[in-house]
Amino acid sequence: MRDANESRAIQIEELTAGFGSFTAVRQVSLRIPPNKITAIIGPSGSGKSTLVRCLNRLHEEVRGAWMQGRVRLGGHDIFATDVDPVQLRRRVGMVFQRPNPFPTMSVAENVVAGLRLNRWGRPAGLDDRIEESLRRAALWEQVKDKLHVSGASLSGGQQQRLCIARALAVEPDVLLMDEPCSALDPVATFKIEELMKELAEDITIVIVTHNMQQAARVSDYTAFLMMGEDRAGELVEFGPTDRIFTNPSDKRTEDYITGRFG
Amino acid sequence: MVRQTFEQALQQIQDELLVLGSLVENAIIESVNVLKNRDVEGARRLIAGDQQINEKRFAIETACLNLIATQQPMAGDLRTIAAVLEIVTELERMGDYAKGIARINIMMGEEPLLKPLVDIPRMAEKARDMLHRALDAFIRRDVALARAIPTEDDEVDGLYNQIYRELLTFIMADPRSIDRATHLLWVAHNLERTADRVTNICERVIFTVSGQMVELDGDTQPGQYGC
Repeated sequence: MRDANESRAIQIEELTAGFGSFTAVRQVSLRIPPNKITAIIGPSGSGKSTLVRCLNRLHEEVRGAWMQGRVRLGGHDIFATDVDPVQLRRRVGMVFQRPNPFPTMSVAENVVAGLRLNRWGRPAGLDDRIEESLRRAALWEQVKDKLHVSGASLSGGQQQRLCIARALAVEPDVLLMDEPCSALDPVATFKIEELMKELAEDITIVIVTHNMQQAARVSDYTAFLMMGEDRAGELVEFGPTDRIFTNPSDKRTEDYITGRFG
Repeated sequence: MVRQTFEQALQQIQDELLVLGSLVENAIIESVNVLKNRDVEGARRLIAGDQQINEKRFAIETACLNLIATQQPMAGDLRTIAAVLEIVTELERMGDYAKGIARINIMMGEEPLLKPLVDIPRMAEKARDMLHRALDAFIRRDVALARAIPTEDDEVDGLYNQIYRELLTFIMADPRSIDRATHLLWVAHNLERTADRVTNICERVIFTVSGQMVELDGDTQPGQYGC
């Protein structure tokens, strides 16, 4: 069991990444514990999104993007030559700021879109996989009678949970969430947060958020990034969320979370 | 200019805490003064005045809860508010001790004091002084002062033991003085507890500054006679 959990741990070693001549994050070293929710917080432009996009190699898809350092998932270097980025992204799923279901696909097709992208064809028990994924995303009860309507017809919160179901369908070890609730109302936000707590029993979750209260509510650990003098994002502090939000070690963290800058 | 509204509200809460503190300080001294003068009417006024202390305590609590609900304070700000919530409870209880002394005064009716009060006013003044400086330590976030004040509790405990021994000699000399001696012992006990609660405030000062929950151990029972 312990080994199984360790396969979901992420070790970031001296990660520096940027675009062209611009360095977005510099020298970040961090261990993201398995089966926990880790929040990445920091002011706009501090490199939060760039950091998480390095974790599933989405960063390198951007023109001019570059990175140095290492990221290990379960001890294995994700930048090793034998690692297929598509396979990696199956293990490290991602949910974005705005719900982005495929508009021309039905609810059910959206859920299995990831499986098809991974060239899994039509695996046995596909319907079971759809139901299970929607149940894990706490969406099944709302959509079980409209699996064949367009995913875009759902409410914003339901669309975001559909995107989570889509990510879960390929059974990831890690789920990266980049501001997943910023476009949602409070009720939908709380549903996503509850869902995150449940999912963390099986997977590792990394959430980027601007919402301090959300980070405090949902995460087990918090990493605080801020820009250095040359605007590159640096890790200021990482630790258990309880401590970060009640008694941070670094004054810059204190000033940021108490709203005195940022 | 960042979070100016919040800063002002937090400052206002701390200002109100000092107002509450001064009401309690006054009640401590006044409770002993009216006892000294066997001023039963004064004791009744003091009991009625405790309502003001209670209302102020609830007003501060409400302001704290509003700030938590509307501003989501974090870190040092959150610790400050948590400390204020604890300190107002301590102050309100100290007010109750002063009210208790006023009640004892009324209970004593027409009976004269067993002896002129010497050490009891000293206890009251010492407890008041400790409280005043503890609140000062909170406002100034002075950890050194917060650590020093509880050590002075021994002085209050010493006065309590002295009063106890003295009253015992009165009882032994004339067993009919038991009631009158007991009343004064209750008064001394209330003052001793008041000083103990100052230690709790000092612990909150340290918590506010460092986030550490420390036991300052000022809450010792006064010798073997604690009651």
